[in-house]
Amino acid sequence: MTEQDITLTVNGTEHELSVEPRELLVHTLRDDMGYTGPNVGCETTMCGACTVQMDGDAVKACTVLAVQADGAEITTIEGLSDDGDHPLQESFQEEHGLQCGYCTPGMIMTAADYLEDKPDPDREEIREALEGNICRCTGYQNIVNAVESAAEKMHAEDAAADGGVIEEGGD
Amino acid sequence: MATEETDHEDGVQSIDPDDVDTEDILGSAIERREDPALVSGEAEYTDDIQKPEMTHMAMVRSQYAHAEIEEVDTSAAEEMDGVVAVYTADDLDVPGNLPVGWLLDSLEQVNHPILAGDRVRYQGDAVAIVVAEERYQAHDAADAVDVEYERLDAVAHPGEALDDDAPVIHEEAGSNQAFDWEIGDQEATKQAFEEAETTVSLDLHNQLLIPNAIEPRATVADYHPRTDELELDMTSQNPHVHRLLMSGVIDHPEHKLSIRAPEVGGGFGSKIHHYADEALTALAAKDLERPVKWTATRTETYITDAQGRGHETTGEMALDEDGNITGLRVHTKANMGAYLSTFAPSIPTYLYATLLSGQYEIPTIYCTVEGAFTNVPPVDAYRGAGRPEASYVVERLVRQAAREVDMDPAEFRRQNFVPGDAFPYETPVAMAYDSGDYQKTLDRAKEMLNYEEFRERQEQAREDGRYLGVGLSAYIEACGIAPSELVGELGAQAGLWESSVVRFQPSGTVTVYVGTSGHGQGHDTTYAQIVADKLGVDYDDIEVEEGDTDEIPQGMGTYGSRSAAVGGGAIVESAEKVIEKGRKIAAHQLEADPEDVEFENGEYQVAGAPDRSVTIQDVAGASYLAHDIPDDMEPGLEATSFFDPENFVFPFGMHAAIVEVDPDTGEIEFEEYVAVDDVGNQINPKIVEGQIHGGIAQGIGQALYESAEYDDNAQLTTGSMQDYAVPKSSHIPEIKTASTVTESPHNPLGVKGVGEAGTIAAPQAVVNAVVDALEPFDVDHIDMPLTNERVWRAINENGGEH
Repeated sequence: MTEQDITLTVNGTEHELSVEPRELLVHTLRDDMGYTGPNVGCETTMCGACTVQMDGDAVKACTVLAVQADGAEITTIEGLSDDGDHPLQESFQEEHGLQCGYCTPGMIMTAADYLEDKPDPDREEIREALEGNICRCTGYQNIVNAVESAAEKMHAEDAAADGGVIEEGGD
Repeated sequence: MATEETDHEDGVQSIDPDDVDTEDILGSAIERREDPALVSGEAEYTDDIQKPEMTHMAMVRSQYAHAEIEEVDTSAAEEMDGVVAVYTADDLDVPGNLPVGWLLDSLEQVNHPILAGDRVRYQGDAVAIVVAEERYQAHDAADAVDVEYERLDAVAHPGEALDDDAPVIHEEAGSNQAFDWEIGDQEATKQAFEEAETTVSLDLHNQLLIPNAIEPRATVADYHPRTDELELDMTSQNPHVHRLLMSGVIDHPEHKLSIRAPEVGGGFGSKIHHYADEALTALAAKDLERPVKWTATRTETYITDAQGRGHETTGEMALDEDGNITGLRVHTKANMGAYLSTFAPSIPTYLYATLLSGQYEIPTIYCTVEGAFTNVPPVDAYRGAGRPEASYVVERLVRQAAREVDMDPAEFRRQNFVPGDAFPYETPVAMAYDSGDYQKTLDRAKEMLNYEEFRERQEQAREDGRYLGVGLSAYIEACGIAPSELVGELGAQAGLWESSVVRFQPSGTVTVYVGTSGHGQGHDTTYAQIVADKLGVDYDDIEVEEGDTDEIPQGMGTYGSRSAAVGGGAIVESAEKVIEKGRKIAAHQLEADPEDVEFENGEYQVAGAPDRSVTIQDVAGASYLAHDIPDDMEPGLEATSFFDPENFVFPFGMHAAIVEVDPDTGEIEFEEYVAVDDVGNQINPKIVEGQIHGGIAQGIGQALYESAEYDDNAQLTTGSMQDYAVPKSSHIPEIKTASTVTESPHNPLGVKGVGEAGTIAAPQAVVNAVVDALEPFDVDHIDMPLTNERVWRAINENGGEH
């Protein structure tokens, strides 16, 4: 099958590669480039284990063709933070928001994008926001705790960065 | 055994392990050491593995649930780009027959070939395999294999399969009856029903479920022809069991076969069994002398992963004039699927009917189970495995009986509970419950629900045309699966002990090797907690190794909530042996009699002489230096143990749901879900809570959403996650947990096992709540899953409210 040249910037590093037009982004990332953080769980856009950010938005890498991502900036879980210390990564550990960990990279990448848009969600909103990511282990409660707690931390960090005071409930 | 209560309604708070002293580490809710690699994408799952020259394998699976294979034409596939090899059943030169590891007297042992040659019996049956250079090429070529079938009638449900005119799936068996099994006293039970004041009866369908670990099954096989070593990385809950079985299936010597479970993305039972797929991957790697990777697509997991439940049951309960249960009679037709999977015969028999006494004193019980071959995937252990089905039968009947004798269901249960002073308690179905206090979990749950106040609210709401209900589930389970002699008597073809090695390094750090194989349960953390506590060694100085047949002496794996009870027991025994050997070395160095040397918090000390002491780390160093140890002693400080507990353990608890049902739409909304569990001592309460939450979510999934549905041709109509409703975040309510602690006397840690509790408890809590809400509509029962449509139909069947 004819291959097509594309450029992908993954976690800040630019890569030039040739892919079949039908190749899924998740397979390009995993099999061709070795970014195995995003996982394949369902191939039908239901489970979200493959979620990465494309130009800052969470996308399911099993339903994006690599050629569609040509020129895009991709962030996988490996690139979310330098030392695995993004507030979400910390909160998932503190709140026991993961068990087998297979859904976790996707769950965190979805939550990271969501909290950018909605820094102070309530629990019900978090549950709705995570509907595209399935976890079979945790029953979700500790995942919701983790996202809630990360939102508080990020809120506090932002406020500190602004030199201001934390405003309760302020967006 | 005394029962203690712990209260954590707002959730257990985690602690940084650095903030916990070694003497307090056992029982602390420390954060998991597994997590940093998992949250950063560093953890390695099977499909992440790449090897030089690695090829990819894809399966050609049956188009039909039941058909004769007329012809398999692989010629087009063989010509395709990148194709390395195509194999059919004719190309296999090994036994290639998957064994069944649990036998029953009446069991029909049928052949279970790893590639179908003459006939396919379910959609997951593989007809051919294709190996290619790349993943997509393998799947393209699999699509190009041309198979001609002569389609046969098919059957999906056990009741239909046992009918005389059903298509016979295994001609060698003569009929679709896989076994006919009974337990209990038929005569005494018959008499109890004849003498009963009242009886109740329910027909219950416990639907087939798909386990749905989010990581699909996968195998990477690598063969080294010069040494004849065959190495497999695979999604396994029990690598040693897989190695033993596979060595026979593919005829490769066990000592030349090594199996490693890297990070495993959930199992819930589905990764216990020996499937055809991993054997085929191994054979291809051996034949091609190149690494081969096979990873199931989700569609494949839906038609090949062993499914769970699948019971059609009639249950009857006999009662006296005071509302005491006097007898229980159960007949179940159990779906076994197309073939007998690894431990399948035990699930609807010994893991099911032996739990039919529930938490109750029932004078006599009789149960018969017919296993039926059908054209659905093999049915085997799925989280709970038999025990959810039993608990569902008991708790649905109890709810119905309470209604019949006009008692509040909580008080009906209280009256019939096994009393707290009756333990160990022998049931009429061959179990001896270890310890328990069922009143206490009921009281705690009622308190958390504000039960009395709820009943008033419920009455008021009904007057306002709103339908609230409360459902209770007093569950019990037998887990910590174990003990070898007993399971051997019941038909197991394996012992169910667990093994461990506790090994000091000369520098004073410790490595623990254990034969369980975790896949999300946090074993590295909890086992290190156990060892830190026993040896008094810093938690960070302990490494835990699991899931590798090359490193760990032997092992039976992780299932049946056995890891803490049996694996933990093996670790404690090895740690104690290490302490005893160390005591002799310490006594030698301290010039004291070993009997006078005490061991506490990592230090050996001569009794009454605190300045004469030596740490266990220094003793370890001395043991390897071996310059000055007792004359008759071998150097080194390590011990191996095989722990075989004296009995199962019996966790129990009370789960309860409050729901509101909208009679116009059939919608169910949770107001409350409370779980009071007694899982014995807790090594890490945060991990325990996580197991409870996750178990409940799967139980609620069964109650409200999930069902593997088949059409008249036994074709799966819920074949993807778009059709099979795995619960999402907004489907699961906030769960309030509390626990009581009744130690089990059957293992050195006093633990009872927690992995399956929530899944066993939740379904009937939800169904009972809905039935309670719909009492004004005379609804006695609705089969799971309680979809809006089913609920609406049940409400309207009797013409609305009476």
